[in-house]
This record gives sequence, structure tokens and C-alpha cells, in this order.
Amino acid sequence: MNYEMVVGLEVHAELNTDSKIYCNCKNSFGREVNSQVCPICMGYPGTLPTLNEKVVEYAIKMGHALGCRINPICKQDRKHYFYPDLPKAYQISQAEVPLCAEGKLDILVGGEVKTIGITRIHIEEDAGKLLHDESFAGSLVDLNRCGVPLIEIVSEPDIRSSADAKAYLETIKSILQYLDISDCKMQEGSIRCDVNVSVRPVGATEYGTRCEMKNVNSFSAAVRGIEYEYARQIEVLEAGGVVVQETRRWDDAKGVSVPMRSKENAQDYRYFPEPDLLTIVVDEGKIAELKDSMPELPNVKLQRYVLELGIPQKEANSIVDSIEKSKLFDECINLGGVTPKSVCNWITSDISKYMNETGKSIAETSINAKRLISLISVIEKGEISNAAGKIVFETMLAEDKDPAAIIEEKGLSQNSDASALEGLAREVILANEKSVTDYKNGKTNALGFLVGQCMKASKGKANPGMMRDIVTKLLSE
Amino acid sequence: MRYGYRTSEYENLADLYEKSRSEGFGDEVKRRIMLGTFVLSSGYYDAYYMKAKLFQKRIAAEFDNAFNEVDVIVTPTVPSTAFKSGYNLADPVKIYATDICTVTINIAGLPALSVPCGKDNGLPIGMQLIGKKFDEQTLLNTAFAYENIVGGFGEIPEV
Repeated sequence: MNYEMVVGLEVHAELNTDSKIYCNCKNSFGREVNSQVCPICMGYPGTLPTLNEKVVEYAIKMGHALGCRINPICKQDRKHYFYPDLPKAYQISQAEVPLCAEGKLDILVGGEVKTIGITRIHIEEDAGKLLHDESFAGSLVDLNRCGVPLIEIVSEPDIRSSADAKAYLETIKSILQYLDISDCKMQEGSIRCDVNVSVRPVGATEYGTRCEMKNVNSFSAAVRGIEYEYARQIEVLEAGGVVVQETRRWDDAKGVSVPMRSKENAQDYRYFPEPDLLTIVVDEGKIAELKDSMPELPNVKLQRYVLELGIPQKEANSIVDSIEKSKLFDECINLGGVTPKSVCNWITSDISKYMNETGKSIAETSINAKRLISLISVIEKGEISNAAGKIVFETMLAEDKDPAAIIEEKGLSQNSDASALEGLAREVILANEKSVTDYKNGKTNALGFLVGQCMKASKGKANPGMMRDIVTKLLSE
Repeated sequence: MRYGYRTSEYENLADLYEKSRSEGFGDEVKRRIMLGTFVLSSGYYDAYYMKAKLFQKRIAAEFDNAFNEVDVIVTPTVPSTAFKSGYNLADPVKIYATDICTVTINIAGLPALSVPCGKDNGLPIGMQLIGKKFDEQTLLNTAFAYENIVGGFGEIPEV
């Protein structure tokens, strides 16, 4: 029996607003424990939360990016549970009426576009952190993270493979970065993921029982967890058992998931509307304004690069992953006049190399789209050689000059005039009878020698490829 | 535990919470926590909490209507005179019933204040003045006028 996997993902992303969601505390990572706190986020009695409007704006932007319907009226709710990192013993979140709902996300996997439904996006506050130390036989509570704003993005169970899951997560991450609403550093916990997996026979329409898996700490851990769960659930079914609906904990080191709590012990969060906060009302004008302010999104760019411009997906990904590189690429394509693949090559090799080695951005050099196009253009026309092109590029990194000026200054132009080169070739052939004979007798190295002599005679200015072709042609006459 | 009591011996986190709360909270607090948890719990929300919220709207609307005709509504603060010390706290519902006048204004979201208005067998009687939403000024003016008419609120009675 063949089974297909059905996967839904819940992503929590910390928003990079200046302040926390319900108080004025600074929203920053890595400070000394319990230093970014105040009575509000520590849940002291008598305090009241006030909503940070930027959080709503950022969430709406993400909603637009994922094609969601934005709910102009929504509310916040209390979600109750006890844990030492949750000082109020409830988390302010959104229950039945989230800020954004019913969207979709197109991901590109192996050149194919797949559409994953987005159920909802809602806003909520983060909890603190528990720290463990050998010197202390318990846990230490750091409340710095309490009140950091989160958006939770819930997908429909439309994902059908672990590779698609990874692509989905990477796309969500790149959109968050493009919108500049989250710094998405999984190692700092600013983006987290819970995985829901169920299985069903291929062709079945009903869903199987799903398990939720927590403690998935990286995108590749998500892949491993999904594969494990898929195999585990099939094993249970094949042995005649039933999959128990439960929450499990993924242990990446051991490569297994273990039950956390069963349905009987499932949490009753006792949601009710947060009475200390006003209804969120966003006017349609603001919603439209936020939509208009959206840049072209990375997944849309990726599709355009791969499907319309014919750029290989791997290179396209590396351009799209960098806001700077994709901006430069787009500007070049707009100016036109050269093949997109050439622009891609220059950006993914020479420009990337420079950025990686120096840690600088292109904006700090004098290279811009106009100059890059100009450079690529003269190379494509054969006016300078590839090698000369590299020299021009290196020079532009340091000096504020146009390619034309540099070419002139350094005498880099090459001769691609066929008749001139032919004339030169004939002269060299006449002067090197022995080599010509050698070549005609099968010594192919002689060709290289003759071409070399032509290059020498042209003082290195001849277009080498063209030279070689001309010599070969003349020799066969 | 940041505020107040923390139990001294416990086996795990759940135990710590359970013991601290059981040992530290008084009866009335426990009563209210249990009532609150119950009305919000899965399966009971609609029957209790949701219904109560709808009723709240109804009560607030009725007051709104009344305030179309009047500026201030007067009620007793409590449906009896002052409690004797050592009053029997065994019947919580009876105790809740004495809150009927004051809880109502909380539910309706209205401002109110209480002033002394005489005695019955030596025990003071409280008079509650209820105003329109955000109209504390009228309330204070009314109470002040009343205070002047009765010549001040007099000496505090002996307990």
C-alpha cells in the first residue's frame, strides 16, 4: 500500500519592531537577563497592555504578501496555561478572528510551481525563556523575551513532501526578510516551526489522524522530522494499529519523535476576549496603503527569473536571496541590451566573490547597473576579451570610472575586425611555412603556435577566439 | 513566585503550582478562580460566559435608555445597613447577593459613588449615585449639592 504524507506547518516569526507588542520595552535580542523588562511584560498585578500599532502593520504586510484577506475588525484573546516563562499565566493571542485569513503561497520546487494554502496569520506575544545551568538544580527564568511580538503563520495541510516543506519554509523566510519585518535568525529563535503530519493511502480523500511535532529547530530538522513521522505512522498502520492524535517532541540528535501529551491531557486554553485591549479596527485606506507599499516579492522574482528569463534555479535563488543583488539584477534587465544569463553570471560570480571577500556591498563601489551593462555589452560584442573584462571590473571596484574610459586608458580594446585579422593571419601563415606543413601533416599543436604568433603580431589585441577560427579556416583552404 | 507565598516542599512544577496556590489562596479567591475557570472551560463557554456577555450588553443598553430621561440614578449602595462584625460568611451566594447594587454598575460600565444618607437603629445607610458613562463631573456635583443640603456627612458612627 502506498501512502502519501499530508503536512501542515505553523511558523512563528518574531517581528523586528523597536518596542515589544504591549509595552515600551526595547525589542532586542541577547541582552543581560531580565534587563529588557517592565511591570507590564512581567505581568505584575495592576498593569495594562497597550497594542503597538507597528505590529499590526507588519502583520498586514505579511498578509498581503501571502494573498490573504485582511480582517479590518479583529480582536485579541487570552490563551491560558501555566508555565514559569509565562508570567501572566496567559498569552495574549488571537483565537477565532485573526488579522489575516485565507491566503496562498506559490513555491518553486524543481522548476515547478506549487500552491500552498495559508489558513491564517495572527499576532501574539512571545513568552520568556528558561535557562538551565549545571550549578543550579532547576531552571532559571529570563523574561526578556516576554512581550516580543510574534506573527503565527498557519498553512493549510497542502504540503506533500519534506522537500516541499523545506521550500515553503525558505520562501516564508525570504519574504519576511524582503519585507524587513523579521530578521529570521533560527539560531536566535526569531523564527520557529511546528510541524503537523498525517498519512493516508494514495488517492484517498479523507485525512488521516495527525500528530503535531514541536522542538523542530531548523529547516533541515523539519525535513528529518517529517520523514521520521511519515515512516512511523505508516509502520503503526501497517501493523494494524491506529495513529494516536497527540503532540510529540522531535529529538534531532536521536532522530526520533516522542509523545509529549496525549489527547486526554490536551490543554484547554479557555480562550476569551482580552478585556484590557480595544477591538483592532484598521481602516480600508490603511490596508490599501500597506498593499501599495509592497516590493516585488522574492518568490515572484524567483519564478520570473527561472520561468521567464531562463536563469537556472540555483543561480536564481542566490540572486533572490540578496535584496541588493536582485535589485542590481532587475536594474540591469530593465536597461536591457545583454543576455540575462550574462548578467546572472557576473552577479553570481565576480560580484558575489567581491561581496563575500570584503563583506562590503556593491553600493560602496562605483559599479552600478549602467556600468555593468556597458561592460557586459562590450564583451558580448567582442570589443574586449573576457580577460580584459575582468580587469575593467576590478578597476571599477576601486575607481569611479566608466568601462569605456578604463578600456581606453588601459588600451584593452581588442580587434574583432574579421578582415584585419584575416590579413594578419595570412601574413603569419606566409612567414611560417614549416608550421603550416606540420599542421597539414597532422601536428595539431602547430595551430596553437600559429595562433600564438598572430596574437603576438597583434600585440595581444586580436580577439583570440576569432583569431583561432580564422587561422583554422585559412589553413583548410 | 514573585508575590507572596511559595510552598516549601514540592516534587515537580505542577506540584509547586498546586501546593502554593492551595495553601496560599483564601477561600473567596479559590471560589472565584474555580467559577472563572469553569465558565471558560471547553463545552461551557457558550452556555455561561457568552450568555453572560450578551446579558451584559442588555443591562448596559437598559441603563443607556434610562439615562435618556434622567441624569443620575439613585439606589441603596447595599440592600441592608452595615454588617455586624463577625457576620456569617458561610453562605457565599447570600454574600454575593448583597453586591447586587454595586456589581450592576461594574457590569454596565458606569461611574458611581456612595454617600452616607442617614441611619437605621444607629447603623449607617449608604446611597449610591449612578451617572452616565464618563460623566463623573455630574456625579460629583450631585453628591456635593447633597452634602451641602444635608449640612455635611457628620461624625463617623461608633463601631
